[in-house]
Amino acid sequence: MFNQPLENMIKITDKPIDVQKVIETASSLNAGAVNVFVGTVRNNAHGKNVVWLEYEAYETMAVGEIRKIIDDASHRWPLLGWAVSHRIGTLKPGEVAVAVAVSTPHRRESFDACEYIMDTLKEKVPIWKKEVFEDGEEWISARPEVAVNS
Amino acid sequence: MNTFRVKAFGVTKDILGGKETVVEASGKTVADLRSALTEKYPKLVGLRSLFIAVNNSYADDTALLQESDEIALIPPVSGG
Repeated sequence: MFNQPLENMIKITDKPIDVQKVIETASSLNAGAVNVFVGTVRNNAHGKNVVWLEYEAYETMAVGEIRKIIDDASHRWPLLGWAVSHRIGTLKPGEVAVAVAVSTPHRRESFDACEYIMDTLKEKVPIWKKEVFEDGEEWISARPEVAVNS
Repeated sequence: MNTFRVKAFGVTKDILGGKETVVEASGKTVADLRSALTEKYPKLVGLRSLFIAVNNSYADDTALLQESDEIALIPPVSGG
């Protein structure tokens, strides 16, 4: 429906995410808005201190699922550019776990598209995190008795 | 019997005790594989959800499997 952007990026990486690079990749001279979401590691969960998080991905499928989400978003909003980068491996509190950026002609659609991409990523993309506390560890959302963490 | 090689991620890796397992299923559908897996690893039943991916896409329980397919267990995802 809308033109597909020429320059874009889907990345699953064990290296620190370069947020500036994500923003630049998503930017377009035709755009009046660039919207970026940056997800970071919280230092607490369920009232306990988080020492670190372990992120794991089924990489080939994760890239494919992110591609599907972007395709859906491209049909709903006039995306001029976009980039998604997700970190895997061991992350300490404060580190960037995910960055999503989109550019569109006007601001409203940039907020909506970025929110849709991020929300759907959390729902569908095969990436898992394990919280490691001082006294144990837990795969997030795995079991019903564990509070859903957003 | 049909022999399927299955990859595991996240909490399913802990339940299976490794990154991969081989299971014998009586039939060729995803549902048949699911039964064989839960029989071999009963703790899989306690998960909030468990999807099965075939060749890098989510598969329905009615989907037909081939022994050469890349099959993976997808427990509740928690990216972001």
